[in-house]
Amino acid sequence: MEKPVKGAGGGSERDRREDGRTTVNRRDFLRVVAVAGGAAFLGTPADAEALHDLSGWPDRMGMLTDLTECVGCRSCESACNAANRLPAPEVPFDEKSVFERKRRPTASAYTVVNRYENPKGQGNTIYRKVQCNHCEEPSCASACPVRAYTKTPEGPVLYNQDVCFGCRYCMVACPYYAPAYDYESALEPRIVKCTMCHGRIKAGGIPACAGSCPMGAITFGKREALLKIARNRIRKFPDRYVDRIYGEYEAGGTSWLYLSGVPFGELDFPTNLPRKPIVENTKGFLSAVPLVLTLWPALLGLCYTANRNKEEKG
Amino acid sequence: MNDNYLVKEETYPARFLGKLTMGMPLSEYARKLVTPFNIVAVIILFVGLPLIGLRFWKGLATVTHASNEYPWSILLGWGLFSGVPLSGTGYVMATAVYIFGFRKYHPLVRLGVLTGFMGYLFAVIYLLIDIGRPWRIYYPMAVSFGPTSVLFLVAWHVATYLTVQLLEFSPAILEWIHARRTRKWAILITVAMTIAGVILSTLHQSALGALFLMAPGKLHPLWYSAFIPVFFFVSSIYAGLCMVIAVSTVAARYLKEKADHAFLDSLDGLTVGLGKAACIVMFVYFALRMIGVAHDDHWALLSSSYGYWFLAEVLLFVLLPCIVLTVGVKRNEARIVRAGAFHAVAGVILTRLNISILMFNWNLPGHFQAIVPPAREVFIVLSIITLHILIFRWILNRMPVMREDPAYLEDRH
Repeated sequence: MEKPVKGAGGGSERDRREDGRTTVNRRDFLRVVAVAGGAAFLGTPADAEALHDLSGWPDRMGMLTDLTECVGCRSCESACNAANRLPAPEVPFDEKSVFERKRRPTASAYTVVNRYENPKGQGNTIYRKVQCNHCEEPSCASACPVRAYTKTPEGPVLYNQDVCFGCRYCMVACPYYAPAYDYESALEPRIVKCTMCHGRIKAGGIPACAGSCPMGAITFGKREALLKIARNRIRKFPDRYVDRIYGEYEAGGTSWLYLSGVPFGELDFPTNLPRKPIVENTKGFLSAVPLVLTLWPALLGLCYTANRNKEEKG
Repeated sequence: MNDNYLVKEETYPARFLGKLTMGMPLSEYARKLVTPFNIVAVIILFVGLPLIGLRFWKGLATVTHASNEYPWSILLGWGLFSGVPLSGTGYVMATAVYIFGFRKYHPLVRLGVLTGFMGYLFAVIYLLIDIGRPWRIYYPMAVSFGPTSVLFLVAWHVATYLTVQLLEFSPAILEWIHARRTRKWAILITVAMTIAGVILSTLHQSALGALFLMAPGKLHPLWYSAFIPVFFFVSSIYAGLCMVIAVSTVAARYLKEKADHAFLDSLDGLTVGLGKAACIVMFVYFALRMIGVAHDDHWALLSSSYGYWFLAEVLLFVLLPCIVLTVGVKRNEARIVRAGAFHAVAGVILTRLNISILMFNWNLPGHFQAIVPPAREVFIVLSIITLHILIFRWILNRMPVMREDPAYLEDRH
């Protein structure tokens, strides 16, 4: 914002009023506003072109969960709990009885593992790890009226509780039911969700769950590389996997990718999601807003003018 | 008639007290307050208000059914999503009279604007109870902007519109306190505020529907439609019209002495006129809902149990009241129009509850058990409704809403 002000008009166009106060003349002012406004909203012309077709941050990281490898040991839950200093669980992490019902991430657990009967009937139960999928174009971030969410260049979607007022629209918008809310807190409730261990990633490490998995079921890496790995596995072992990488395209794609031996719908993955990011659904409406703001006053003013002299009927 | 008492003593505190007690001596006023209605109201408040306190002491979990899957409970399903369309009264009446020039509806303008203002005020009150940190409610306006969010738009517009409606209603307040000069200023901005009101209403009424565009996998496909913003806006028009009929019916019955002859004598005729407008809008709305099904080619879904519920909504709660209104208008019978209007209002509430509660997360296991609100939440809602009615009545009792103050007749607006 500073730059254009210094450059504008070289100071010669400033008028000195009779009362001695300096004013900026109109042309000067408009130029400053236009340049500053343009700079603030558009950035460079190259940026402006790129904004219209967002293909995501380059080199963003992702996670690949291979559900055929998971044995339900809950090491990831335990490591996540420790890494994020979450409250101690009600039942210990080596307790298998938790699998008796389906769980979901809560205000005190970023991730949970659920057990499913194998529909192929081979006796092997299937385990599914659940957490925030860190969408490529996150619905929570688009839905948030105070921009509490950020899609970081590294891949994780982060939440900032300092601006959140607790409307919970992000929870309505998330197609994966990922964000949890601290309903127990009277005055400082906040959204709780997986951070993909953003701090560790920034420091060159890997997320706690990936590091703790004894089966190597969770792979951390660049999303592009993970997609290649996943495709390779499907090609090499076509009997082991269904031919689909969940998260590649769902709602615009997610940083967290999944491979499975059974159709994803049988493991409670939402299968009714559009391919495009969900925010696309509101773009038509939001682009009509400025039209209403500009057209309505003119049309209504016309109605008023046409009717103001109408005779009173009764 | 209030002023008869005021003549005796003209000191400022006495005048002020006279305003509050409607000119009665305190003892008489207190005696008049003891009515069966008020006793029931106090009992409801006695239970409900502490429960609101409990929310701010022990958290939302202790009073609502809201959960991680169901972030929005009846506090918003009723208070915001049903309350806002029913508060379309202000913009429809002001537009009819001040913009479209239907001057004969003038006796109903203030009642419409007051109903709208109170509706929005209480929608915000429900919101303040529901949201996590209510003291941050201005954050979207001042601290951190999320312009990609439909809710960002709703926040701005509801806040602005609340102010606009207060300004629209301000002449009544200023007449009540005899602020003649300020009132002149308030009247000057009538047309500008009306136009602002229509713009804001068009946008946020439709935006409340557009909020659900972000939940394509969660809302049942029969209710999820790209047209949902249009549905919400169009239904808010007839909701506003029917709500004016409903509120004026109740007010003219129970607060008859607060209305003047111009109001009471014209009410039946105006009711039929409003009914006419409402039934036309409802036919349009019904057609739009059908086009919505056709647009997404969801005809096959109609033969499921959800489909029957959808048909019940659009046939029994849109088309049927619309037909009742039409019959009332054709026969020029205000009584039938009133019945149709109450029915239509119920239909709007049903539609909004369907979208925000009943058909939201329809495919989750145990859905219908999860949405039953706990008794505590029901009592919170009941107590806010009670407060709403009490304050509404308080204003109707005192300010020139259903009557014109003779002192300002030469300077109507």
